[in-house]
Amino acid sequence: MATFKDFRNHVKPNWCPGCGHFSIQAAIQRAAANNGIEPEELALISGIGCSGRVSGYIKSYGFHATHGRSLPLAQGVKMANDDLTVVASGGDGDGFAIGMGHTVHALKRNIDITYIVMDNQIYGLTKGQTSPSSSTGFVTKSTPDGSIEAPIVPIKTAMASGATFVAQSVSSDIKGLTKIIEEAMNHKGFSFVAVFSPCVTYNKVNTYDWFKEHIVPIDTIEDYDETDSNAVTRHINEHEGMLTGILYRDTERKSYSEYIDGYLDETLVERELKLEQDQFDDIMAAFK
Amino acid sequence: MISQLSWKVGGQQGEGIDSTGEIFSTTLNRMGYHLYSYRHFSSRIKGGHTNNNIRISSKEVRSISDHINILVAFDQETIDVNAHELVSDGVILADAKFKPTKPEGIEAALIQVPFTEIAQEHGSKLMKNMVAVGASARLMHLHSQDFEDMIYKMFIRKGQEIVDSNIQALLAGYEYIQNKSEFIEGDFELEKVEKRDQLYLIGNDAIAFGALNAGVRFMAAYPITPASDIMEYMIQHLPSVKGTVIQTEDEIAAVTMAIGSNYAGARSFTSSSGPGLSLMMESIGLSGMTETPLVIVDAMRGGPSTGLPTKQEQSDLMQMIYGTHGDIPKIILSPTDVEDAFYLTTKAFNLADKYQLPVIVLSDLQMSLGKQTTPVYDLSKVTIDRGKMITDQIADENGDYYERYEITEDGISSRPIPGVKGGIHHVTGVEHNSIGTPNEGSVNRKAQMDKRMLKVKDFSLDKPFKVNGEKESELLIISFLSVNGAVDEAVERIDNNITVIHMRQLFPVPIEALRPYLDGAKKISVIEQNYTGQLFNIIKMNYGGHDKMDTFVKYDGTPFKPVEIEDYINDIL
Ligand SMILES: Cc1ncc(C[n+]2csc(CCOP(=O)(O)OP(=O)(O)O)c2C)c(N)n1
Ligand code: SF4
Ligand SMILES: [Mg+2]
Repeated sequence: MATFKDFRNHVKPNWCPGCGHFSIQAAIQRAAANNGIEPEELALISGIGCSGRVSGYIKSYGFHATHGRSLPLAQGVKMANDDLTVVASGGDGDGFAIGMGHTVHALKRNIDITYIVMDNQIYGLTKGQTSPSSSTGFVTKSTPDGSIEAPIVPIKTAMASGATFVAQSVSSDIKGLTKIIEEAMNHKGFSFVAVFSPCVTYNKVNTYDWFKEHIVPIDTIEDYDETDSNAVTRHINEHEGMLTGILYRDTERKSYSEYIDGYLDETLVERELKLEQDQFDDIMAAFK
Repeated sequence: MISQLSWKVGGQQGEGIDSTGEIFSTTLNRMGYHLYSYRHFSSRIKGGHTNNNIRISSKEVRSISDHINILVAFDQETIDVNAHELVSDGVILADAKFKPTKPEGIEAALIQVPFTEIAQEHGSKLMKNMVAVGASARLMHLHSQDFEDMIYKMFIRKGQEIVDSNIQALLAGYEYIQNKSEFIEGDFELEKVEKRDQLYLIGNDAIAFGALNAGVRFMAAYPITPASDIMEYMIQHLPSVKGTVIQTEDEIAAVTMAIGSNYAGARSFTSSSGPGLSLMMESIGLSGMTETPLVIVDAMRGGPSTGLPTKQEQSDLMQMIYGTHGDIPKIILSPTDVEDAFYLTTKAFNLADKYQLPVIVLSDLQMSLGKQTTPVYDLSKVTIDRGKMITDQIADENGDYYERYEITEDGISSRPIPGVKGGIHHVTGVEHNSIGTPNEGSVNRKAQMDKRMLKVKDFSLDKPFKVNGEKESELLIISFLSVNGAVDEAVERIDNNITVIHMRQLFPVPIEALRPYLDGAKKISVIEQNYTGQLFNIIKMNYGGHDKMDTFVKYDGTPFKPVEIEDYINDIL
């Protein structure tokens, strides 16, 4: 069985020392190993940004796509081969600006993949512009007088879009994050994992210390019921989106492909593709 | 007795015009006639004039006609809009209900038939289309039995009662004309034909059936005219092979999902039209850069922007060739007709797998939506070749990344799919080295760029075009997609040494195969449906003889009529 070391490759990350993305990479590697997945069974699909580089730093099948498009690509992979564990990941710009349409639709579609957002509330790769999750008043290169827009709260968007698994964590908590990703991978359906991942270079406000002060782990909330969507939404609102842990789980809804008759009998990559003559004749008869 | 005629039915959209044409032509197809149809419609669902034009012939036809012989009108607008297309000995069969009148100067006869009234007598005014079909059939001296059989087949699942009332309505229309026949002057009696086993379908269905046979079990697409039928065909037929279609949130998602699925080893594709293709451009580049097989169908409509969404045009060619930023290898194909649309689509998937790049199958609205008869398809001619895709475990000696982008003699490298032990590698749209790791070094950049571009540098289909005529010619005409049929018909009428080429491979431009014909022609003309002469310009870019090259374009949204091309040829010869 593979250990997390088997998910390491020879590539040295070009992230800044201290970048939050390192821990997310480690958590993915550990979660995969803990779940008994072999490196070739994992397909990691990432977008563009500092975050997007993660697929190149893990030894598994990896596809570094275009900006904002990791989700449709990852869904295509899963539709082709249901035996794979498919993880999509990218930054807050990737997932909530250019790729927001895909995020909402992936949530409502509920294909069985895991989506990890590496949220640093800033555009890292393009050197420090405001992002969809930047707070109002946040000063960046592109908002010199402070952002005048309201921030998107990722977990709220997820809850509002029909999510069946919603979790949030901070990258400094590798242990908690690993556990969350393990469960996300095991969840049958679309798993949304938002991770606060401080950008030490361009975001001097939302730092590791800032998060330590502001996050509210759900185990500090009495009688938290992760299956009660109304209650979950209320808790998220009450704590201004700063809750961490596995926040919501819908155990009833099946994943997308399970609703399609016979689709999962055999993965597409294993199938015989050529039609039988009688099948061919039957289908062609409609043109007569 | 006549060998061919053109029949048109018109009325308000949503009034059953399509189903009238459908019943009529499906029966004629079973009888063995050659058919070619053209639907005039607008983006509205209800209301607005619509018509369905079917050309019926005892010989092969692959174009709309210059004129119409029979016009079936359910409203006055149909007469006002279309009567000028009637031949002078033609006829208008109009519903007596709206008190039809003939516009000034129209010589064709006007026969009032109480379509609605007869239908009502038989139970429902909805059956007025059956009355019209019966009347038309009698006018052409066709047996009513073939139509009765078709009605039975179409309606039996709704019960014998429905079948009977529809047949009664049909026969009433038939008899009405029979009783009037002494007042009808023109000759509408169609030459009899032998029953033949043939298909009658739109190009979109041919393409979709091709994709199904190529092994597609998953499709991702977003609706758009005139491509939606492809997706709808797949939605209807994929379940029978346990496949499925995802209607995505947009075309960017559709194309990237198809890329993801192909990357993971399953044949997948998407289809759209100009606006959707514009959105897909970045991702087409991703497929080229990452060497991921991808098939896209572009059913062209009138551009730019929303343009003429329901009208004919061929103006996406330049975008298909040059639309992606940066240089990528790609292949662009254009079926010569509906028969070719099936086989060439299956081929497109093999090419995508073999060369690991995007393959675009072009169609145009008239080929995509015009129904035509075509010989039955032959399964034994369909092959599935996945190229250098690896699905079995690879001996993993060094434990490092697999050389997915290994530099090879022909530029093509092996492609293990996710799940294959020993095949792990990275894929990225960033310039990368042979194991897929980002590498922006200039030596590597040049090596990988050369490798990718080498794959189809000298690519040519076995038959990059269909040619009719000699290398030495007075005039060489080049066309593609639905224009081909009109060109052929025009050229048949002219007694001169004219060679016709129908393009199948548009890119890479098969210039070496074309050269002997280009060199041997005294004049060359590219006939196409766009403003700038896009194919003309592409050939010009690759060929020197500019002084003898001409282009004839049409961009008013309607397909070429043979006579327009005939007149043009007579002008330049
Ligand atoms: C279509 C397109 N537009 C813009 C860019 C430039 N770009 C690259 S990454 C990025 C934003 C990165 O921010 P985020 O997604 O939050 O990732 P981070 O770098 O912060 O991890 C942008 C705008 C691009 N690559 N592609
Ligand atoms: S710029 Fe920010 S997000 Fe990018 S690597 Fe550096 S710390 Fe990480
Ligand atoms: Mg970011």
